[in-house]
Amino acid sequence: MNFDYTEEQQMVRDSIARFVQDDYDWDTRRAIVDGAEGMSRDNWQTFAELGWLSIPFAEADGGFGGSVIDLSVVMEELGKGLVVEPFFPTVVLFGGLVSRAGDEAQRTSILEGVIGGETLGAFAYVERQSRYALNDCKTSATSSGDGYTLNGEKVVVFNGENADKLVVLARTSGEQFDAHGLSLFLVDANAQGVSKVLYPMMDAQRVANITFDNVQLGADALLGDAGSALEVVNAVIRDALLALASEAVGIMGTLNAKTLEYTKTREQFGVAIGSFQALQHRMVDTMMAFEQSKSLLFKALCEYEIDPASADTTIHALKVLIDRNSKLVYGEAIQMHGGMGITDELDIGHYAKRLMMINATLGDGSFHRSKFIEQTYAA
Amino acid sequence: MDIALAAEDLAFRDEVCNFLDTEFDAEMQAHLKSKGTTGMVAWQRKLHAKGWVAPNWPEEHGGTGWTATQKYIWESERSLRGIPDVVPFGLVMVANVIMGFGSDEQKEYFLPRILNSDDWWCQGYSEPGSGSDLASLKTKAERDGDDFIINGAKIWTTYAQHADWIFCLVRTDNSGKKQEGITFILVDMKSEGIKVNPIIGIDNEHNLNEVEFNNVRVPAKNVVGEVGKGWTVAKALLAHERTGIAGVADIKRTMRLIKDAAAKETNGGQRMLDDAGFQQRMADIEVELMALEFTELRTLATMAAGGFPGPESSLLKIKGTELQQATQELRMELAAYYQGVLPTNMDPSVLGHEFGSDARRAFMYGRAATIYGGSNEVQKNIISKYVLGLE
Repeated sequence: MNFDYTEEQQMVRDSIARFVQDDYDWDTRRAIVDGAEGMSRDNWQTFAELGWLSIPFAEADGGFGGSVIDLSVVMEELGKGLVVEPFFPTVVLFGGLVSRAGDEAQRTSILEGVIGGETLGAFAYVERQSRYALNDCKTSATSSGDGYTLNGEKVVVFNGENADKLVVLARTSGEQFDAHGLSLFLVDANAQGVSKVLYPMMDAQRVANITFDNVQLGADALLGDAGSALEVVNAVIRDALLALASEAVGIMGTLNAKTLEYTKTREQFGVAIGSFQALQHRMVDTMMAFEQSKSLLFKALCEYEIDPASADTTIHALKVLIDRNSKLVYGEAIQMHGGMGITDELDIGHYAKRLMMINATLGDGSFHRSKFIEQTYAA
Repeated sequence: MDIALAAEDLAFRDEVCNFLDTEFDAEMQAHLKSKGTTGMVAWQRKLHAKGWVAPNWPEEHGGTGWTATQKYIWESERSLRGIPDVVPFGLVMVANVIMGFGSDEQKEYFLPRILNSDDWWCQGYSEPGSGSDLASLKTKAERDGDDFIINGAKIWTTYAQHADWIFCLVRTDNSGKKQEGITFILVDMKSEGIKVNPIIGIDNEHNLNEVEFNNVRVPAKNVVGEVGKGWTVAKALLAHERTGIAGVADIKRTMRLIKDAAAKETNGGQRMLDDAGFQQRMADIEVELMALEFTELRTLATMAAGGFPGPESSLLKIKGTELQQATQELRMELAAYYQGVLPTNMDPSVLGHEFGSDARRAFMYGRAATIYGGSNEVQKNIISKYVLGLE
């Protein structure tokens, strides 16, 4: 039994930490966020050169063949730096789907671009009415000739603004809420009939509503088996939830460290405010919230390593705990920074907003608590 | 990062399970439920016969020599079966002090008697005027030839009514800082001038006492460590063992009792286990408990590797006791007016509900967990000072 990172994992961690330290200070990040694309292509190229974009992909596909723990290390560090470049939507979601569902030709043609930093991707799965239910899907793909015709609308597509290629969840058979009859399609973001409405989320990531109006797809656009997409989607979401939890742990640790530092230097009534017991005990609470979240993340990672599906209950629990604990951590961080805490200028509020975004991504605490209950107390 | 146990640990776990399942039989279970100390003494002697009564002692004094992982396995398997831990005052607390600071004579006399449960010990720390601020204690010990004369009072003394010996912190000097001038001393409870006054607890049980000292004469050779260095001795004791402190296995067992009972108890014909509100309450506790188990394992892994537990270990007492109380509260609510809100235990046949054991008593006595061993507020002071570096 051990909870240490391998030497290789420590090297990846250090390399991302160094990047954040040297090339991603707060002003730099702000300029990137305010820029035309809301991300830096140069940074993305750097990520590719340093190998970060290859980490979760199989060696046969040109990847590093990393484990879920390797992915966790990357996400935690990106979280600490509040890195806005679209690693999660491109590598974890889009890349994850192609790598798990794609045939050899699809994997070869697409993953090379992802790993090399030339292709940005997105996964279009949320609909106006669907909230967190993946099975609630009205977007349809009907057979036409050798291929398909795609119609419908997806909303809040992460990285929707910059993605070159999309994986779209669409119904090939069945009714709106059926779990069966869903399929995945690879769609070029510039294909005829694809139109976008662009907007940012509160954490500054660029998303889009994407409408598909009689988009014509070839037979080779189908990713995986027709009708049984949820199986592979759920497997990718398992990875994605662990990735998000790792990012959240990174952010919580950073918020706690920044807050602790602030209370040691900020003086009121002639003393550092960190000398007040009312604040000290609450900082112990936020420290415990962080350590507990990290512990449950470790449990989920260890179980995943033995058998990914065996980690599902723990992953639901993890999303519940991250939801609960992150609210405590960012709430106290804002409160203890006082007036500065509620400014746009200070980074604290931006870390808080990313945590809020993570909580709303792929199911919030209440949603996952219901899932946990289903799995744990079912008659 | 992995959680697999090594082959020798798996073999050890089998041995532990086999021993507990054989020896903790129906007769022993009934014996342990009886009043007084005989049941506990019988169980501790059974453990001693196996050589397992003192997992935290070094082998040279009759301990097990277990690794941190083995101790954890032992704790988990014991708790999951609802087997009480050994009474800590002798086997854990005073034994650690004697092994660390005692004279050869003290070691030779006391340690074998503790191992064999010949002496029943109690702890004389808190005083009517000194609770969380332990160093403010006033019980006075004045030198008189080869003896000390002790005057004062100790309070919240668990099991003093059964005890043969009490280990005390007493004041031998008033001149310096309050932490200085404190001495750690062992007192025979049969000494003239000791009076034990029972305190009936919030659980309606007599476990707690006040112990009065009126001119109690104690040989100076009963001082452990140096005169005036008792605070150092006491602090070393507080830092003794951290594994198992969170009581994860105990809490898991309570959750299992709750689930079993919730599958039988109904409200309007619906099982409580299917009640959405009750399910959410259980889930909120279990999520935190799953995390705590790994916080404990993280601490264990650090110690097993020979390291010193990091910040994650500081929260074990706080989170563990909070979760203990949360589960006890949920169990009380399930017991409701069938076995919950009664003044004392009642024959289950009167109301027709069996909750296996004592939801009420566990809840009421469980209130002490966030108070003893340094209240949770004191724990937070310690963490903010030593972990967060706040002054």
